[in-house]
Amino acid sequence: MPDARLPDARLLDARLMDAPFDPALELGRFNAGVPESGGVVSFLGKVRADHGVAALEIRHYAPMTLPGFRALAQTAARRWQLDGLLIVHRIGEMGPGDPIVLVAAASGHRRDAFAATDFVMDHLKGEVWLWKRERTAAGWRWIEPRAQDHQDRARWG
Amino acid sequence: MSARLVFLGRLEDLAGVPEMAVAAGPLEAVFAQLPRELAVALLEPNVRLAHNGHLLAESGGIVLEAGDELAFLPPVSGG
Repeated sequence: MPDARLPDARLLDARLMDAPFDPALELGRFNAGVPESGGVVSFLGKVRADHGVAALEIRHYAPMTLPGFRALAQTAARRWQLDGLLIVHRIGEMGPGDPIVLVAAASGHRRDAFAATDFVMDHLKGEVWLWKRERTAAGWRWIEPRAQDHQDRARWG
Repeated sequence: MSARLVFLGRLEDLAGVPEMAVAAGPLEAVFAQLPRELAVALLEPNVRLAHNGHLLAESGGIVLEAGDELAFLPPVSGG
């Protein structure tokens, strides 16, 4: 398993995938790694099938993107009581309906797991080094940061 | 000896290549080797710079050594 342990031995699994992944398989493996947890919350982000978007591409910068994921996971692990945290993020080209990102948090109590998952998702949108473009009938277009993404992060203080 | 520039996101499209070898030296001398339109885009205030994988607080005084990598990071839109 390509995972690592947080300094206090909690499970941290953060990965970039350049090919499609199976969310059920990933979640099953993660769950198997946190047998003592009282609950696992997960979020799966997918390519929306609207606005005439035929393809989505996400690019990264290897020296910084995954280290940024790990730093984000550490921040979440300091803030909430977690037994484990999973971040699986696609890079490369995807089609409508394809999984983009899977975040899961395991905890003794559901509120910490819900909050950590929400926190990680808000910070994946705009505070990690990923660039996204989409292809429509008009061609490829780079996606600019949205004000809503900033507001979502501001909720966390 | 050369250093490497890396262009992320829309900057790759603008540069026409994902990365480019340049003569090492002070950043001003590196920019002087680039097409003017590209240099202007790279100097926009919302473009962050990373020197050998480390984000720079500001670009003043940077000198690229042979083998260095300087990445230009436009605003992210990920997730």
